[in-house]
Parts: sequence; structure tokens; C-alpha cells
Amino acid sequence: MWFSETEAWRATGGKSRRLPVWRKAPMAWVALLVLGFGVVPFIGNDYWFSAILIPFLVLSLAGLGLNLVTGYAGQLSLGSAAFMAVGAFASYNFSLRVEGLPLLASFGLGGLSAALVGVLFGLPSLRIKGFYLLVSTLAAQFFVQWVLVKFSWFSNDNPSGVISAPPLVVLGQDFNSPAGRYVLTLGVVAAMTGLALNLVRGATGRNWMAVRDMDTAAAVIGIPILKTKLLAFGISSFYLGVAGALWAFAYLGTVEPHGFDLNRSFQVLFIIIIGGLGSVLGAYLGALFFVLFPVFLDHLAGGLFAGIIDAGHLENLQKIVFGSLIIFFLIREPEGLARLWWRFRARLGLDPAAS
Amino acid sequence: MSKINRKLLLSLAVGAVLGAIQPAAAAPNEQYFPLQSYRVGPYAAGGTGFFGGFIDYMKLVNLRDGGVNGVKLTWSECETEYVVERGVECYERLKGGLNGAPAAATNPLSVGIAYATLDRSTADKLPLITINHGRTDSTDGSVFPYIFPLQLNPYSEVSAIINYIGQREGGLDKLKGKKIVTLYHGSPYGKETIPILDLLAKKYGFQVNHIEVPHPGNEQQSQWLNIRRIKPSWVILRGWGVMNPVALKTAAKTGFPVDHIIGNIWSNSEEDAAPAGAAGKGFISITTHPSGTDFPVLQDIKKYVVDKGQGDLEDPKRFGSVYYNLGVVNGILNVEAVRIAQEKYGKRPLTGEETRWGFEHLDLDDTRLKALGALGLAQPLKLSCADHEGGGAVRFQQWDGQQWNLISDWVQADRALLRPIIEQSSAKYAKEKGIAPRDCAKET
Repeated sequence: MWFSETEAWRATGGKSRRLPVWRKAPMAWVALLVLGFGVVPFIGNDYWFSAILIPFLVLSLAGLGLNLVTGYAGQLSLGSAAFMAVGAFASYNFSLRVEGLPLLASFGLGGLSAALVGVLFGLPSLRIKGFYLLVSTLAAQFFVQWVLVKFSWFSNDNPSGVISAPPLVVLGQDFNSPAGRYVLTLGVVAAMTGLALNLVRGATGRNWMAVRDMDTAAAVIGIPILKTKLLAFGISSFYLGVAGALWAFAYLGTVEPHGFDLNRSFQVLFIIIIGGLGSVLGAYLGALFFVLFPVFLDHLAGGLFAGIIDAGHLENLQKIVFGSLIIFFLIREPEGLARLWWRFRARLGLDPAAS
Repeated sequence: MSKINRKLLLSLAVGAVLGAIQPAAAAPNEQYFPLQSYRVGPYAAGGTGFFGGFIDYMKLVNLRDGGVNGVKLTWSECETEYVVERGVECYERLKGGLNGAPAAATNPLSVGIAYATLDRSTADKLPLITINHGRTDSTDGSVFPYIFPLQLNPYSEVSAIINYIGQREGGLDKLKGKKIVTLYHGSPYGKETIPILDLLAKKYGFQVNHIEVPHPGNEQQSQWLNIRRIKPSWVILRGWGVMNPVALKTAAKTGFPVDHIIGNIWSNSEEDAAPAGAAGKGFISITTHPSGTDFPVLQDIKKYVVDKGQGDLEDPKRFGSVYYNLGVVNGILNVEAVRIAQEKYGKRPLTGEETRWGFEHLDLDDTRLKALGALGLAQPLKLSCADHEGGGAVRFQQWDGQQWNLISDWVQADRALLRPIIEQSSAKYAKEKGIAPRDCAKET
């Protein structure tokens, strides 16, 4: 069920598995970062920044967060959106109520608040597993939303319960334009991705995977189960919290508690299932699929069938196509897009570990 | 992957790219309306009705008058499903205009999407129309220059309802000691008017109980038992979607008289009352736009558009329904804004910034409404730089089991009472966002 890069390595006879991640393909990374920071902001337009790239990056980060706890540590969770909400509302309140707090610090504090709540709702994972745990994280989903609607203090007593973004200024630089918001998001996401890669390839990641694969055995070889599981929940929620803050402030500019409902949790879960459980790359591929594909279908349908088929039917047709593709895809490749990518690289004769 | 599959994928990708690139054409004499419509999903009934009416009115203007002063209207749709993120995507996709025709204004008919595109609309200088809904304090145009909650904001809505209840009781002074219950949808939308009702209760001396129904609202037994215990004179239903017919049915079951329930602006359509069946008979609701097909403008739409088989509604029975007529009214207001702005800027396609001037100078009196064939369908409306709502009046209608019948003339909200609260809220927003309000005294 779990796609793990370690296994993929082994399956493809990877040679360089002992090298740290940064040394394996530094050129590919540098190229990607140069492209993201140095080229895209100058060639993209408002539509690409605001409607495609920013939601893609934020959902990737959210997927990455959930992947840490579910893909790597094996703890099922349906509370992703709740932790995102905590991150968003906490960041908002920190930046509102602490005079002169830098934007990135408020994101970080939002993430920490989410981590706290995450650890709290991760406590049941010490006693229950699998679907039972899933249900207890579901409680987080409903509880957080209820609290945010119930106590208007969280939304600064706005009668509609909606919060709006503080001015996006980092170190005196104004990031409020679409390109600026993109660069800001990319910066945060890239840094946190680098951190996650080091985390999962290090001792923490190995502990998580040991707990995921068989926690009894992990306990026998001396891995502290309690600490490992709670750490997974905490770090995962931190990532989700930051993603929530970015979603609210860099992407939408505003958010209401309803924006982080159960559907969002499902979306994040599907992203890592389609993308590949237990793979950093998978979170990105899954988010790409979920952001780009519906838009692609919409453009396609609009270009080919507009005027011929009733607009409502056309819309339902797209849903059918999207749904069928997911089913087809999961049958053909249950381990997700990441596995497909590894196999593709192996066919080309490239070292899969280099990605 | 086989060769055929690869070819198929390739051709699909090429098709998509071609579809995404709009052919560059010389700027035509057209005014463009981007439509963030929703035709599927849980709110499809509202979306198809509203955008159907809007599109049909624009078709009428094109077919009957040849456009606005010779400028043809054009539009394209983008499906949002009422989902905020998709609405934002649609906004970004459509805001640039179509084939050289500039966008006049956006009309998402969704509170969530309106909130998410509020800053964008202001930055892009494109008016955002939130007819009958939206952010209450955006009524203050000095802080929200591009946002227009036309006709009715949520505060005016409850104020008008209380004024009507006062009328029915024989004067606002008779409200003293009365009990009123609001049954509201457990969402920010539902809670929005609680402080205003409390304020009005204090002012007129009635007792108000707020009872919440959790989303989506298909279980209300305990709430109505509670209402029966309180024995209120009136119940204000601030519902949404499935919550409305369930409220009517449960009220009938617990023996509360349905003709003492007053539905708010999103509890007032055929789709809200009809599913309750016999239990809905006698239900009262507010409306800013009566249903029915007798208005001359609707007769014109029938003659020029629907009878020629060009109507946008899939189900012709919904012609003249509440949502459809709201779409027509929305069309009238948008087109009139363009017409007024053309007087200042010339008879050509206008930018969003120019159209905003038109909205701020909307002045529909009875004479103008009569000329438009919409007397009684839309309320007299006068906007300004400081006042982006303009109307604040509603009429009351009663469901007879088959259709809505009007039972009142226009009832005004106490806008003088609400204005300071609105300004307080907009000032708070301006401070939070670092906005310097514009000086409306200096505007022409």
C-alpha cells in the first residue's frame, strides 16, 4: 500500500543510496529553483500566478504535511483542513494583535499553534489505529470549525466570520502583487520542502517508517513509539498550518471557517493518494493533478463543445471524466504518480534516486 | 503506454493549448460581462435561474435595441460550482475581457467568491456587484470604491422585516413586549444579523431569541419544540437551501402558524417553498423583485428571446420565477450603469473604472423604471460615492401553495439607524488594511 522511495530505490537497483539528498542531483535542484524564482515571475501573468501556481504550491505544501504523518508515519488523518484553519486564524490573530510582528513570524507562530492542536488530536493515536484514528481526527475537523464560528473573537468580531489578509510585507519588500505573492509562496514552500527532505531521509524519517511498517517491531528495537507518533502529528500539523496561512493570505486574501471544511481534508488526502503516499515528490505531483487537470478539462470542454452541449451537462461531463480518470489511474498505478515517475526515470536509464 | 494513447494525449494537450489562447482580434464595439456562473452542485437552482435571467436580459438588449447605444453586449461563462477557489480561477480567467471587449463588472452571486475577489476587484479596478448580499460595510463606497451591494444589504434586510412586523402589529410602538425568534443557518451568513436584531430589540422593546440550525439544516425538531415553548409572535427564518422547506414542514408539525414565519432574502424562492408542499401554504417572505411574468420587460424577453427559442432556461416553467427575475433586475442595473457611464465617457465599450462611475450614478426613479418596463419589479434606486446600496426596500409576498403573491408595497429599512454602524465597521476594515478612504465630497 505504501509507496516508499526506499523500496523504489531497491527495486531499481539504486547505487547511490547512501549519499545525502543534496549531493545527488544538485544541478536539477538549482535549475528548478532558478526557474521558479528567476524565470517564472517574469514570464507568468496574473492568471497563472493567482489561479494556478499559488494554489498548486500551497496544496503541495498541505499534501506534504499530510504525507509526513500519513505517508511516512502511517497515521491516518482526516483533520488536515482543521489544522490549516488553525494556522490561518492563528497567523491572522498574531499579526493583528502583536504590533509590528513580521509576516513570516506570524506564519511560523500560526504553524506552531497548528502543531499544538495537532499533537493534542494525535494523542489518541497512541491507543487506536487505522480507521479508528481516522474518526478521531475527524473530530478535529468538526471541533475546530465549530470553535471558529462560535467565538467571533477569532475573526476579530467580523459579523460574517471572515478574516482578511494583513499587508504582505517581508523585510520592507511589498509582496501584494500576484507575482509577489507567488514568490513569497514559493520561497516558503521551497524552504519547507528542503527541510522535509532532510527530515524524512534522516533518523526521524526512518523512525516514522519503522512505526508505519510495524510498530511492535519498532518498539522492540528501541524506537520511542509515543514520541515518534506525536512528533509526526506535530510536524505534519505545522506544515498544514503554514499551508493554511498561505492559503488564506497569499492565495485568497481572505478566508472563512467554511473554507476549511471536510472537503478540503478529503482533497488533501486524495492529493497524496494520487500523488504517492510516503513520497515528497508525490505531494507535488498530486497537487499538480488536482489543480491543473480540472482547469485543463474546463478549457478543453470550453474550446471543443461550447454551444453544442448545454453548459450544465458539459460541467457534469467533466466531473465524470475526472472521476473516471482517477479510478482508472488508481487501478493501473495504486502507488501513485510518484511511482510512475520513478519507473519512467528507470526506463530512461537514469538513476531514480537522483530525483 | 501504447502509441495510440500517446497520440491521443498529445492531441488533447494541443487542443487545450489552442483552446486557451484567444485569437487576437481588432477591438470590436462590444461590452463584455464575465459570468462566474454555477449550473451544477447544490446551489444549481439559484445559479441557473439567476444567470438565466441575466443572460436573457442581455440578449433582449441586443436583439431589441441593438445593444446599449450601439454597443453590443457580450459574455462568457465559467463554472464555479459555488466553490470559492473555482470562482477565483474564473475571475482571473475572465477579467481581461473577451476578444478585445473590455469587462464591465463581475457578478458572482456568492458571498464566499465575492469576499475572495474583493481585494482583486479593487486592485484591477473592476466593479464587483453583490446584489442583495455581500459584505454589509461595503455599502460605504469611500472605503470600498469598487464593491456594490446593490438594493439591499443584510442589515437593511432585517431592519425592513422588523418594520413590516411593526406595520402588521399596528405600529412600531406595539412591538413592546412582543417575542420574536430568529431561526438562523449555523454559518457566518446566518449569524451576520444577530447584533442588528439585538439593537432593534433594544430600541423597540421586544424580546428576541436567536436559535441556530446547524448546516445543512435537515433536522429541526428540537429547535421548533423550543420555539413552541417560547410562543413567539413571529419567527424570522434566515435559512438557506434545504433548511427552508424543512423549517416549514417542522413548523406545521409542531403547530406553529406558517403565516407568522417570515423568510429572508435567501428563503424566498419557489425552490424554498414548493418542496414543503401543503405545509408551506401561507408562508411569508421578503423580496426585492416580485416573481411573475406580467412586467413589460418580461413580456419583451418572452417576445424577443424566449419565443424565438433563444432563452437560456432549460426548464421554461421557471420563466418569471424569483431567481430568474433577480437575474433580470441584475441585468437592468448592470446595463443601466453602462448606459449612464456612456453619457460621460462616450458611446463606446467602457473599462471597469468607467463603469464604476456609472454604478455610482445609478438613479432609477419610477419614470425610468416605467420606461424600462420594470415598475414594481425593481425598487427606485439612487447610488452615490458614499452609498453603494441605494435602495434598502423590500416587498412582502405570501406563498399560496402554487406561487408567490405580493401582500405589501415597498417597506423601507431604517437606513439612518444602520449607517453609523456600517461606517464604524468600514473604518475598522480601513484601519486593518491600511486603506485611506476617499473623500466623497470631492467626487463628481
